[in-house]
This record gives sequence, structure tokens and C-alpha cells, in this order.
Amino acid sequence: MSKHSEVVPNSTLTDDAAAAWGRAGFSRRSFLVGTGALVVSFSMKGALQTAVAQGPFEGGTAGSPPLSQLDSWIAIAADGGVTTYTGKAELGQGISTAQIQLVAEELCVPFERVKLIYCDTAQTPDQGITSGSQSHPTNFNQKNLAQAAATAREALLELASKRLGVSADQLIAADGVIRAKSDPSKKVAYGELVGGKKFEIKLDPNVKRKPASEWTVLGTPARRPDMPAMVTGQFEFVHNVRLPGMLHGRVVRPPAVGATVVNVDEGSVHGLPGVVKVVVKKNFVGVVAEKPWQAIQAANKLKVSWSAGTGLPSHADFYNYLRTQQPTRDTLLVNSKDVDEKLAQAATVVKATYYCPNQMHGSMGTSCAMADVQGDKATLFSPTQGVWPVRNSASILLGLKPENVHVIFRRGSGCYGLNGADTVTYDAALLSQAVGKPVRVQLSRKDEMAWGENYGFAFVMDERAGLDAQGNIVAWDHESWSANLGNRPGYSTPGNVITGTLAGFSPEPFMPRSPAPEPRAYTNNSNGVPSYVAGNVGGKPQGTGTVKSERSLTHNIPSPLFTAPLRSPARLQNTFAHESFMDELAARAKADPVAFRLRHLSDERLIDVVKEAAALANWEARPSPKPQSHRTGVVAGRGFSCVAYEGENGWAAMVAEVEVNQDTGKVTVKRIFFSNDSGPISNPDGLRNQIEGGALQGMSRAMGEEVTWDDQKVTSVDWESYRSLPLGFDVPEIKVKLINRADEAATGAGETSITIVAAAIGNAIFDATGARIRQVPFTPQRVKAALNQTLSQV
Amino acid sequence: MSAINLKVNGKVHAVDVDPTTPLLYVLSDDLALNGPKFGCGLGQCGACTVIVKGQAIRSCITPVKSVEGAEITTLEGLGTFEKPHPLQRAFIEEQAAQCGFCINGVIMTAKAFLDKNPKASEPEIQQAMSGVLCRCFTNVRMLRAINRARDGMTTEGRTREAAAK
Repeated sequence: MSKHSEVVPNSTLTDDAAAAWGRAGFSRRSFLVGTGALVVSFSMKGALQTAVAQGPFEGGTAGSPPLSQLDSWIAIAADGGVTTYTGKAELGQGISTAQIQLVAEELCVPFERVKLIYCDTAQTPDQGITSGSQSHPTNFNQKNLAQAAATAREALLELASKRLGVSADQLIAADGVIRAKSDPSKKVAYGELVGGKKFEIKLDPNVKRKPASEWTVLGTPARRPDMPAMVTGQFEFVHNVRLPGMLHGRVVRPPAVGATVVNVDEGSVHGLPGVVKVVVKKNFVGVVAEKPWQAIQAANKLKVSWSAGTGLPSHADFYNYLRTQQPTRDTLLVNSKDVDEKLAQAATVVKATYYCPNQMHGSMGTSCAMADVQGDKATLFSPTQGVWPVRNSASILLGLKPENVHVIFRRGSGCYGLNGADTVTYDAALLSQAVGKPVRVQLSRKDEMAWGENYGFAFVMDERAGLDAQGNIVAWDHESWSANLGNRPGYSTPGNVITGTLAGFSPEPFMPRSPAPEPRAYTNNSNGVPSYVAGNVGGKPQGTGTVKSERSLTHNIPSPLFTAPLRSPARLQNTFAHESFMDELAARAKADPVAFRLRHLSDERLIDVVKEAAALANWEARPSPKPQSHRTGVVAGRGFSCVAYEGENGWAAMVAEVEVNQDTGKVTVKRIFFSNDSGPISNPDGLRNQIEGGALQGMSRAMGEEVTWDDQKVTSVDWESYRSLPLGFDVPEIKVKLINRADEAATGAGETSITIVAAAIGNAIFDATGARIRQVPFTPQRVKAALNQTLSQV
Repeated sequence: MSAINLKVNGKVHAVDVDPTTPLLYVLSDDLALNGPKFGCGLGQCGACTVIVKGQAIRSCITPVKSVEGAEITTLEGLGTFEKPHPLQRAFIEEQAAQCGFCINGVIMTAKAFLDKNPKASEPEIQQAMSGVLCRCFTNVRMLRAINRARDGMTTEGRTREAAAK
């Protein structure tokens, strides 16, 4: 193993290099960004599915303010105002409010005195991507922003000690002023100590954080400072950035997947009002005009001849396609090597297959960016999740030096993963470069949905388990198939998104590998490992369950459509399978689903959320399905599910109460109960908002959302063909129990609830009707089909 | 191009645009308003909603010529930081947003509906909001905020609120 131990300059580790290291068997979690050198630990965490790796890569691009320097994070002005610089962006999840609270708390200043600047390559440190439930663990534990704020407080106390001639432990900081405990008239304000000057010190790795018991700002439901501007139409989204002399661009995407440009007839738009230029770069085509409506009309009229597309596999048969393509990239997560033997000895063997389709981010507003590329310099206003990665990848796209590309984050429409933010940034950059003027691009709805974003992954998952005569699980076997193409562009792969590929760059290569190597270090890997198995790798159980005979094997193939992380990537799909299957096993054992889960869990925090959710819902212990006689009309039931998100990055459990109309197949979710543990709660209202939103977004994904295509192109291109639940649907009552763990590390909080929704609803449908639904989304037709199948078995 | 007079939030603006241009582009680009948003361009999501003659309309599919001279109200026209409209205040009170991109459509649709139905029941409000999207799914808070605003906009509601205090 020691041959993998390396020390490399941290500036050389691009995102793709990190992915390559991941493919070589290292988890991103083992990358420790330190003081100018990056030490790759040799604790092997093999089996990383690169397409869905979301670990905390914490930056370090050349040119970034160094993460180890206090001045990269905090500045104090002469008037005592605190400016904070962070690399974690506000995407609507509320992290900007929580980061202000964190800094106000550690620095002992009021919330209102902290100004937060996030994600601007001219000002903020490179913290990689804002994604993967990593902002809370990255900036709220003993490192980065939290450590910076605490280091600043201690440094100010030291300065005050010298100024006042009082030892630091006899001083107290409050409201931006430091006073002597014995004589409050002996005081000095922060602004007098450092006002306008730099600290010029490093973050203190041993600095003492304020204990949660002393918090007065962090941990409170502080209000979002952006709300008044939002509700009065004053808030500036990226869509509202206006530069002097700006033009408007419109892209012209291919009519079919794989189609390439044969000819562009620029004369077809000659003389149209406002048209400035037709831009072609390989298969990237766009029009620039003076006004947005002119650009749209010109793009519609531009005559482009395209080659035939390369074709798409049948949508109706896609799950079979996933299962049968060769070659594959195979990964074993756990393998006790006795699964087949234990299954052969089991009293009962249960098997089931589950299906999840490609789904969209489907952001409310189509993606938009503003670029100003003049000569060898570029300024990009982008809603990207990673300004530093886009700075480098856009520099490759534009043929400029990275240090000449300035990326400024401006908020876009809700972002649940890699929506069209990076692609549209490239669109605007290419068009602006062609005209040498600022160009704004906002995609059409169709381009957003068919040619803008990278979709969430489709999955087929086989589950197999054995029960002994007492109904205990004795072996669990999980095998999945999924497909991916492209990814986040990272620092060096513009071809990972559609515009980059159209402009002539390649997506990261598919690396087949079969058979899978034996796992050498434990990783939960996107919840590919069920919660109920021991996770024994290297002689040590590291999972959250008790079942010792275990195997989890994944297969990846190239996807026909671009894919990337979408909120709870792969974790949601795997958890749908595991938690539905657990319910099937409980039913086969004639056991109560909650008691059955508790019997097979070892992780205390997961056990606690299970118990809390059951208590909140007044869960009645009994096996499913609910005893009943009638097989027509409306019946009610309840279902349970839970997850340890990524094994250790947030814990949640849920009860869904549903009504099923057995005549129509329509499912109505009446009430939802959640328990959630994300460590210390930084803002309970913000956390509730995330849990509520995740619950309903999870419902929409469970009930209606599915990317569709014909033999040439994507056909889900608007809100008629891609079915989202609207604002005013029959919204269930949602009750949330927050578990506060003040002494634990901060974990992810934005993806726990959405991960467990589909299984809880599916399990409730089973409880109500005895019909098992194993394919997302649960359309009335599928529910009806499941009901008919159950009837035919009676 | 032709000169068109638009009356937006009480002010008259003369714009020189293609008369078939959807109203949204004129509001966003020519008048530099941030309230109305482009969501779909198809009238399916509500993000672009403005109120014309008391009706909530989808400005992304409304030719600008067709509303010449009519009183157009955008989110900016409802209230200000200092004096927010009851709906705007209710959304702040309930912290009813995530990304906030849909807020324009939600508030403007609710405004037009509550103006005509000041005593609407919760199910009626829910029904009225069934043509509007929020992809962050802030439904619970947004519907609560609309109900709260309804209470704040009527005498009975205000009395009820005072009694509760």
C-alpha cells in the first residue's frame, strides 16, 4: 500500500487528477490540503465511483488566496465591520446566512456587522465546488471558515492584551469590543486593533472554538438577509446583471444527439434587425444580437445543416440496456465471500429489482450567464457551483491564461446539482469572445432541458437476501447498473458538459474494469452499501448494520446522455432499493418494519432517528400490509424508511402516510414525519426549510419526474412533458423533529430528507394495498399495474 | 420597431421595440426590472407573472403591443423595503423562499387572486396556486405565507391575529 503514498504540490491536483486518484483507489476524503503540499494518505478507500464522487475537495488552485492564511477569510475595517470571504456559495440552501452566523458567533460581533463575500476568483479562496452536502462539514468544523473566525478572535484578544496591559484570559469580547473583566472601562474596539490592516497570521489548527452551550447567534433561527430584496423584486440574480454595451446571445443546439454541423448559412439571418454575428466553433453554434428577442428570432431563422444523429437506445427498454451493455466498470464495495453459501442455507430467499430513471434538475429559471471577453482577458458572471474550477476550465475553452479569467458568482435559479450553470457560462464566454463585447445568454426552456444540464443517473438495482427460520436477515446481496457521461468540468475538462463537447472538447474517458477488484478499504460509496450490513472490510465492521454476510457490486457503463450529480446522486436511488427491500423482508418475516430495522442496525445515530421518527408519527407496531378486506376505492397506509447519508454525513428517518385510490392508481401523500440529525444545528429554521423542500422535491421525483427520449433526442423539454408537482398540489402536512448534537461534528443537511422519500411512499402504498411498486416514478398507471398484479396473485 | 407607451407601476415609459416582443423582455431588458423572471417562455411556470387590469398574466407570452396603455403592475410595484405589501411581509415572516426565483410568480399570482377573493379558503388558495411552480419545493412555507397575508389583508383576519396575540 505504501507505493500509493505520495506528496504532490497541491496546485497540481486538478479535479480530474483527483478523479484519477479516485479511480486509482483513493477517496477524496483522504486528500488533506495543508501548507503548500498535498499529502495523499494511503488509507485505501477503493471502489470510488468517480461519477458520483462528492467528497470535500477543498481547493488550492494556483492564484487562490491561501486557505491557511487568516487574511484569506476575514478582514476587519476601521469601523469594526467584518468582511468574510468564503468559497461556499448561496444556491438557495441558506448557507450564506449560516456562514454569517458562524463568523458573528466566533468573532463575538452582531450578525448585521458581518458582510459575506462568496465565490469571486478575485477575492475568495478556492473551496472547490459547493455541492454534495459538504458546505456544512467543510466550513463549520475545526478547519477553514470556522477556524479562521476563531483564530481571528484569539488574535484580537492577544492584540488587546498588549494594548490594555491585561492578560488575554482576563479579557472578554462582545459586540466587537474587548473589555477587561475586572474593569469594563478598560476596552478597545476591533477596528482600533486591526482596522484596515491585515492580520498576516496563519489559521491556528488548535484554536478553541466557542462551545455550542455559549452560542447566541449560531444555532438560532436567524433570518435570511436576502429576503426583503427577493420579495420586492430588488434582488440581483445573474439574470439581472447588466453591463454597458451588452449584447444578447442565443445558442442553436443540434436537432439530434450526436449530430454535427455540416453547414451554417449565415446569409439566412442577414439583414434581420439587431443581428451582430453568427458564431460557429466546431458544433457550437450561436447568434449574437442587440436585444434578446432579436437573438431568439435570428436563432430560430438561422439555417444550419446537421449530420444525422448517432441514435439513442430505446427508452422503453433502457433498463435492460443498462443491464446488458459491455464493457462495464465494476466496483465491489463489500464482499464477505460467503453470500452465495449463506443464501443457499437460508430458510427463505427474497429477490427484487428496483428501477430509477434519469431525472432533471429542471431549475425554475433557465440557466443564464454574462461574459465579457475582450482580447486576452475575460470576466464571467456565472451561477456556477465552483468559480475556481470554471476559471480554469473556461480558460482552456477560450485559450486564455487562467489568471486572466475572472469568475464572479451571481445567484442563479435553484441548483440541485450540475444544472446548466457551467454550460451556459461557456455559451456566454464563447459568444462574447467572438464579438469582443459583453454577451448575456439565457437558455430557452427546451435547450435547458434537452441541451443544457447533465441529468441525474438512471439505475437498475437487484436486491437478494436470505432469512433464517426466525426471520433474521442472514445474508444481503446488492448489485446495481448505472450509466454516466461527462461530469462536473472541474478545473480541466470543459468537455464534461454539453457546450464544451460541442466546442470540440472531450468528456472524461470511460475506464472499463471487470471483474472488480476486492475492496481494500471500506467506503459506503453513495449508499451502495445497505444500512443493515456490517461493512466488514479489512477485518473491521465499519457499516451501520449487523448482517455479516454481505456483497455490494456496482457496474457502470457509458451513458447516451450527459449525466452528473443531482441532489443525493446515486444515494437516493440506492436507498430507494435498500429501504423498499427492507420493507419487503420485514413483510416476509411478518415483522413490524420499524422493529425489523432496529433488529438489524448497529449505528446509534441511525437507531435514534428511526426511533424518533416512529415516535413523532405515533407509529403503530404491526406487520405490513395493513389487514383489510376491500380491494377497491380509497385505502390508507403508512411506510417507513431511513438513511445514514453516505454512511456518516447526516442521519434521517421518515414516515409517510398515504391514501391510494385503487380504482385510478392515484396516490395522495397525507402526512410526512421526519427526524434528522446533522450534528450541531447551525440554523434550525434553515435546516427545516431544507428538510421540507427535500421532502416535497423527493415526492415530485418519486411521483412524476422522468427524462424521456425518442430514437434521436430528448422529448421531455417543458413542464408538460416533464412532470413536476406544482406549488398548489395537495401538499401533505410535514412534521420535523430535529435532533441537535452539539458535541458532534457538523454534517451534511441538504440531502438527507430527499433520499428516503420514495421508499417511504412506496412502502406506504404496500401497507395500504399489498401492492409493491418497484419503479420510480409512481405514476397512477404503474400503481394500477402493481395493484392488478397483486390481485392476480390473490 | 415601433414606439409603444407602457404604463408600469404608475409610470409611463416610451419604448421603441418590435411590437411582437413578449412583454417580459421589455420589462427585463428595456426597463431593467428584476421582478418578472423568464422561467419557460411557454406560460407554464408562472415566473414571469405581472398584473394587468387586475389579472395575473404571463408576460413571457404576451406581446407588448397588446398591453399598450394598460396599467401594468410588477413585483416592484407592490411595495418597498420600508412599506412592503402584506404578501411581501408575510413571505419575509415565514422565510418562504429557497432560491427565490419563483417568488415573483407566486406573489403576483396570489395578489391577483386575493384581491378578487379576499376570504378565500386554504383549499381555494391551493387551487389558485396550482399553475405555479417552485422547483425548490418551498410549498409549505409559501402557502402558509399566502394564508397569513390573506388574514392580514382583511379586517376579520387582523382581528383574529390581534386576538391570538
